[in-house]
Amino acid sequence: MSILFSGRVSSGATTRKVGVGRRFFMFWVNHVRQALFSLGELWRTPSASILTIGVLGVSLTLPATLHLLVKNVQQVSDSFTQAAEISLFIREGVSDTQISSLHKILQADQDIARVTHISKQQALAEFAQVSGFGSALNYLTDNPLPDVLLILPKNTSADSARQLMARLSKERIVEFGKLDIDWLTRLDAIVSLLRQAVLIIAVLLLGAVLLIIGNTIRLSIMSKKDEIEVMKLVGATDAFIQRPFLYSGIWYGVFGGLLAFLIVETMLWWLQGAIVSVTSLYESEFHLMALSMAEFLSLMLLAILLGLSGSYLSVRRHISAIEPTGP
Amino acid sequence: MLEFDQVSKSYAGGFVALDRVSFKLEKGEMAFLTGHSGAGKSTLLKLISLIERPSVGRVLINDVDLSRIRRPLIPYVRRDIGIIFQNHRLLMNHTVFDNVALPLVIEGFSGKDMVKRVHAALDKVGLLDKVRCLPQTLSGGEQQRVGIARAVVNKPPLLLADEPTGNLDPDLSKDIMRVFEAFNQVGVSVLVATHDLGLVARMKYRTLTLKQGKMINDGLLQYQEDPL
Repeated sequence: MSILFSGRVSSGATTRKVGVGRRFFMFWVNHVRQALFSLGELWRTPSASILTIGVLGVSLTLPATLHLLVKNVQQVSDSFTQAAEISLFIREGVSDTQISSLHKILQADQDIARVTHISKQQALAEFAQVSGFGSALNYLTDNPLPDVLLILPKNTSADSARQLMARLSKERIVEFGKLDIDWLTRLDAIVSLLRQAVLIIAVLLLGAVLLIIGNTIRLSIMSKKDEIEVMKLVGATDAFIQRPFLYSGIWYGVFGGLLAFLIVETMLWWLQGAIVSVTSLYESEFHLMALSMAEFLSLMLLAILLGLSGSYLSVRRHISAIEPTGP
Repeated sequence: MLEFDQVSKSYAGGFVALDRVSFKLEKGEMAFLTGHSGAGKSTLLKLISLIERPSVGRVLINDVDLSRIRRPLIPYVRRDIGIIFQNHRLLMNHTVFDNVALPLVIEGFSGKDMVKRVHAALDKVGLLDKVRCLPQTLSGGEQQRVGIARAVVNKPPLLLADEPTGNLDPDLSKDIMRVFEAFNQVGVSVLVATHDLGLVARMKYRTLTLKQGKMINDGLLQYQEDPL
């Protein structure tokens, strides 16, 4: 379309009638071509590209690693659901039938996952075995230990476990209930502190990444100042000129994301052995969790978005500022 | 087609580059723009290619006032004007083909259509055998002709040239001018800014002469009698 010369057909797309489907196809072909061209540009300036990709990769590695740390700590704390087990101590002198009827009632309770009855005799036998007093206990005239009902709540969070305990303590035959919950609350608090710290660090690092990419793109715009002037003089729009730079930003994101993923995986592989030897000492069935597919994809998406927005910020400011100074 | 109506341009600090310049260039006309350096030739060309805006007066192309063209539309105006630069301003790390194809790529040409037009433009300036060369490997005259090919590849109706023969010897200059004449003969309006007065006088075209921003001559230049 020409503004000044009516009837002058100049645009390549309008010289021939082309179908919508073909035009749509060509639109994507053109974009792929430009994307590959930008990739080639990165390839032609390897030192600058590698530096930027390296910074991006390392900066993304830290939040990703911290995220994994939180995820694994959470897995550990989840595996301690027994910690929210409620012990109900039964009053002295309550008959076995009363206990077993309470047992049945509690089993039917929808807040409760599992009820285990530990009778006086079992408790004494276990105590004799574990404590090492052994035969000394034979001198006791009667069993001082109470019957205990162990309750595993369905909802193992500290608050609901506490509520459940308060409710169950009101049962007539229950002397009192006990819930060892303090350390669970502490662990929860620590995990949430950790998560917030990760969030803050991640935001700071991502901000840094944005600035770094913006600066890299700015430098590459400056180094192509002459070229951009010539393009403007022969009629290129800002959108046309900025497209390759935006693609560079996307490529930085892609490679930076992949690099971060590789670093995280290597680190996991490296630590796996050490962690197994530590956890085996605690006889825990702990498996180090790696990045899931969804997490990998969101890491890549985040990296690409950062690359794109970093370059967009830079391109918006600097390309329109370059004006040709004269023929 | 191209019209200057009482155009003045002054820069910050009070320097007046153009002072109430008026002239008309018809469709298919060829003219020279001469004057000493600093006389306002470049400023005049900058006003046409919208690199600068006039302080007073109007620049019209086909009765469209260029001052009404807002910034986002400037690129579309420049696509209608072929500009040839004194220092040719080629992209040195791209081949001759890429350089000439640039305006076409910007306008969305691709494939065979583009190749055909690039080859036609290079053929007109006699450089078809240098398609795959880098500009550095070409001589000054050849580089200048690549610049001309780039300016005409999308067949603009108006061609501006700023000192196109500035660094060339007389024979090459004559060749370049012949190329311009050839374009003019197929209906392109051509405005060539140059200080090569001997060449201008020999070519017998309309000549606009600027002196300190004022238009002092409009017509054939009588070189022998009036050597400025």
